[in-house]
Parts: sequence; structure tokens; C-alpha cells
Amino acid sequence: MSTTTEEPRARTESTSAVGERDTSVKKMLVYAALAAFAIIYIYPFVIQLVTAFKTNSDAVENPLSLVPDPFSLDAWNRLLETQFPLWFTNSVVVTLFVTAMRVLFCSMAGYALARLKFFGRDTVFTVLLALMAVPGIVLLIPKFLVINYLGIYNSYPALILPLAVDAAGVFIMKQFFEQIPPSIEEAARIDGAGPFRTFWSVVLPMARPALITLTILSFQGSWNELGHFIIATNDSSLYTLTRGLASLTSGGLGSGNQYPITMMAGLLMTIPTAIVFVFFQRYFTQGANTGAEKG
Amino acid sequence: MSSRDPQRQPVAGWLFITPMLVILGLFLAAPIVMALWVSVSDWTGRGSPFISEVNFVGLRNYQDLLAQDGLSRQDFMTSMRNTFYYVLGVVPAQTVLALTLAVIVNQKFLRGRTFFRTAFYFPSVVSSVAISLVFLFLFTGTGAVNQFLGLFGISGPNWFADSRGVLHVLGDAVGVWDVSAPPAFLSGTDVLSLSLWEWLSGPSVALSAIMLQVIWTTAGTFMLMFLAALQDLPTEVDEAAMVDGANTWQRFMNVTVPHLRPTILLVVTLGIIGTWQVFDQVYVMTDGGPSKTTLTPAYLSFQTAFTNLDLPSGAAIAFLLFLLIFALTQLQRFVLRDRDEARQRRAERRQRREQRTTRTRSTTEVSA
Repeated sequence: MSTTTEEPRARTESTSAVGERDTSVKKMLVYAALAAFAIIYIYPFVIQLVTAFKTNSDAVENPLSLVPDPFSLDAWNRLLETQFPLWFTNSVVVTLFVTAMRVLFCSMAGYALARLKFFGRDTVFTVLLALMAVPGIVLLIPKFLVINYLGIYNSYPALILPLAVDAAGVFIMKQFFEQIPPSIEEAARIDGAGPFRTFWSVVLPMARPALITLTILSFQGSWNELGHFIIATNDSSLYTLTRGLASLTSGGLGSGNQYPITMMAGLLMTIPTAIVFVFFQRYFTQGANTGAEKG
Repeated sequence: MSSRDPQRQPVAGWLFITPMLVILGLFLAAPIVMALWVSVSDWTGRGSPFISEVNFVGLRNYQDLLAQDGLSRQDFMTSMRNTFYYVLGVVPAQTVLALTLAVIVNQKFLRGRTFFRTAFYFPSVVSSVAISLVFLFLFTGTGAVNQFLGLFGISGPNWFADSRGVLHVLGDAVGVWDVSAPPAFLSGTDVLSLSLWEWLSGPSVALSAIMLQVIWTTAGTFMLMFLAALQDLPTEVDEAAMVDGANTWQRFMNVTVPHLRPTILLVVTLGIIGTWQVFDQVYVMTDGGPSKTTLTPAYLSFQTAFTNLDLPSGAAIAFLLFLLIFALTQLQRFVLRDRDEARQRRAERRQRREQRTTRTRSTTEVSA
């Protein structure tokens, strides 16, 4: 690979000597910068991992050391005695429901907006685009008002339903369905399939890459969501991981400044994300770039 | 037969979008309308906001935030000041860092490029709560960061407990002013419930720590955008510049950066819109303290509504923040559209000019 990039430079004979020196210096600079950034980006996670297995006094006295001395499972054991397992379960339940509903509803709506012809379609899409521009953070109080008004405050529906459709997800699916050649649907229609059957048995199976992207984004979005869970409940038995762990800093679970506990809790919350990320990185990247086009 | 008509599926169409309409209507459209009403009412939070005891108070809640000297305006302006410095620091830094990371990871000779790209992007997909917990530990008084600084003989501040303004400290260090006795005309002149001295504080040390964290976290996402743009870079232009004897830095500034201009603009505007919404880090790490120096509009809105139980004021702050972000979004659209149009106009002009010159040339050739 490197030979192809350096060839044109080597051929211009007058600058070849300068060019080669230039390249090796440049390579060293790039490697040095890379090493520095790699440390800045990887070290915090390593510290988190190691500190989770330290005793608190060791964590406070040797925050930079990479060897727990002594090795301790104290943080793990103490987390198990608290509501932490419950929060983890809540996060799993909420994430599963939100992801399943989002994938289904967003692909249905995306398909209708892309392919089905009905009165009012353009208006619906225009409104959707406008709603997408409303920043989520200013909706916290408004959403609380409605959740409270509907009488579902402090319940699983309050945690799940408001997240069950995501305007950006509808947008992703609409874009995807617009790329599918219409001839396939026509063939299904000639064979006598109605719109629902065409959608479920013909179009949806073709949409696998878009569905995976949407699944990943929904999983990540709902697993990491904080704001919505703050305003949807104040009952600690309904906390998800983000909400529960945020309470750790104000001394929740008697943690105070028990750093190994907070590091262990954060670590356990990050592991599912990390696993999904390692296996589906491609789709994360796609999601990020969709965001760019949309903006 | 008409139901089989491929051009018309009104029933199916509306059925397909019903779940979306119900959920977005209930939890996005209705909340906006309801909050708009609450923000112009005197609702105490008890019972329904639609009963007859709740009165319309006009723009009073907004006035308290903008036009009436008092604690509400002081807090709101403090949050605006903090976030202004926050945006001013975070956006350029994360853009430059993202571009730097993208250029490094894009080097063809590099081994393990995928690994490093993954490492730099990973913080963007991790929960902000988990990252905040780690940074709280890294930035404690005796934490990893200060121990590291100690290796170079620097004694670091007690980050999250330090409310000193960075500009105050810097100005004091270079002798512009004395922090213990600020100039009277600065501390004596009040603008919108804050003295000029307070306006000029810069971000506090605590807020700076949050800024470092956010820069570190979000650069990865923007790095991916820059990487996509860098891979579209036409190699011929770069090689031509190389043949002309331009060095790496010159080529970067004169070939790469102009090519990336649209992406830079996008990253900057997305960054501005995103940074004005900062909430999670403040909620997890500082609660707006020390001395309200990490208070942001989003967090103030939340705190006013749920801690002080003043939902109308909280809703009013949320709407002001919304208006600000909406204006920024429109500005972004305007800047981006303007640029495209300007480029198109330039291209058309050039084309016309070329046509004219070729026409005159051909006529002169003919006459010759």
C-alpha cells in the first residue's frame, strides 16, 4: 500500500532525496501523535477496568497504577446487594421493548411514506421533518406534563412508550425503501398480495441492512438514554442503569466516594454496548453518517 | 378492483402510519402545545393545568427571565454565560481534534488503522453517565489527571470543586487585573443582572473539566464525518501540488482544507446545536455547582421545574432554549444554502465568460 503512494514522489528526481527524508520524519510524527492520542483515548477505560477491582484506599492513593493491590471483588459483591441488578433488568426490559417497537413502527411508517400513495402523505412528512428539528432536551418538561396528565408516571409504559417511535428512524427507513425497485412489489401485487402481505413477506426481508442499522441505533439510544428516564419516574425500583448510576454520584447506594463501586457499575453498564459495538461497528458508522446527511 | 389499484392505498397508508402518529402525537406534538400553555400560566403543578383555577398570565414568566431584574434572570443569564463560554471552547476544539484524528487515521502507511479508528470512536457510543463517572474519578483532587500533572511539577486544581473563572485567573496571571480586587468599573456595572466582571469570567475550572470530557467524547463522531470526506479527496490534485514542490503542511492547508470546507461547516454547526443542549454531564457530575458555574439553560430548566417545583418558569426556559437552537438551525441552513448557491452562480458566470472568450477567439481566428 505504501509503495503506491510514494511512487510519484520518488519519480520527480530533483525532490526525491528531500521527499524521502520528509516521509520518514512525517511517519515518525504521525506515529508519535497516534501514540499520544491512543493513550488519551484508551487509558481512561483501562483505569476504569482496573479500579473496579481495587479497594477504595488503593483507588484513592494510586489512581494511575494499573495493578489492583490487593485484587478485590468488594465492589462487585456490594453492587449485587443493592438495587443494581434490578436496574440492570429494567434497562434490559426497556431496551428490548423500545427497540422492538421502534423497528416495527419506524419501518411501517417509513414504508408508507416512501411507497404507499394516500391523501395527506406529504403533509405528514413535512410535519415529521419539523418535529425532528425539535431538540430532545427542551422536551423533558413537556413530556413530563403529558406523562403526568395521562396518569402513567412511575410505570413501565411511561419509560417505554414515549421512546417507541423515533422520527429519525422513520426517516432512515423511508430513505431505504425509496431505493428498492418498485417492480418487486408490483410482482407481489400481481400475485394477489395486499399491502400488508407485500410489506411483511416481500419488502421487509429485503430491508435487512436498514433494519440492523435501526436496531443498533435503537438499542444504543435507549440503553444510554438519561433525560427521559429522569422525568418519567422517581421510584428507584423503576430506575434504569443510567438513572440509577447517576444517583451514585450523590451518594446513592451509600457509595459516597467509593470509586471502585462507581467504576464497576459503569463498567457493567458499558459491557453490552461494547459487545454490540465490536460485532456491528459497520452499522454504527452508517448511523453516524446518516446523521450527517440529515443535518 | 379499485382496492387493487397501485396508485391508491389510502386505508393501508393511514394504517401503516397510525402507530407513529399516535406516539409522536402524544409524546411530541401534544407536549409542545401543553408546555406552551403552561409557560404562560400560573399553574402550581397541582392537579390538571387545564382547570379553571389556572390563569393565563401572558408573558410574565418570560419577562422574569429576560426583562425583570431578579434571581430568575440572574440564574438564567448565568446559565447563558456559562454555556456561551462552553460552546466557544468546545466547538473549535472538538472540530480541530476530530480533523486531526481523521487525518492521522487516514494515513495509508499506518498499520492497525481500523483499531485506532475504533478506539477514537468508542467513547461516542458509550453512555454519557458511564463516562461521567470515570471522569469524576480521573479529575478528583488527588486523581489520575493531577498525579499525571504532578510528574511535570504542576499541581492541578481541585477540578470539580473549583468555581474560579479561567479568564479571571489568566487575566490575573498576566497582570490585566487583580482577582482579589477587580476593577471597579467592571464589578460596578451591571448588564442583565450580572456585573461585567461576572460576564468576563470565562468558563470556571469545573466547567473546563466538563468541556475536556465532552471534547474527548464527541470528537470520534465528527472524525467519522471527516474520514468520509477525506476518502473523497481527489488524489490527482494532491499529487499535482506535490510535484509542484508543496510540502505536507502547504498541501494540507491549500488542498485538503478547502476540499473539506463543507464538512467543516457541517461539523461546526452540528457542534453548536449540540453543545447548547448540554445536560447529562451537569446532571451526573455537578448539579450546576460550584457556585452555579456549570449551570446550563437545559439544566436550569429542569432544576426550576423539578427542584423548585416552578413548572411554568421551567417550561419558559425550555422554550427560550428552543428558540435559540431553532435560530441556530435556521442560520445553519442559510449558511449552507447560501454557499451552494454562491458556488453555482460563480460556476455559471465562469461558464458565460468562457463562452464569450471562445466566441471572440473564434471570430478573431476567422477574421485572421
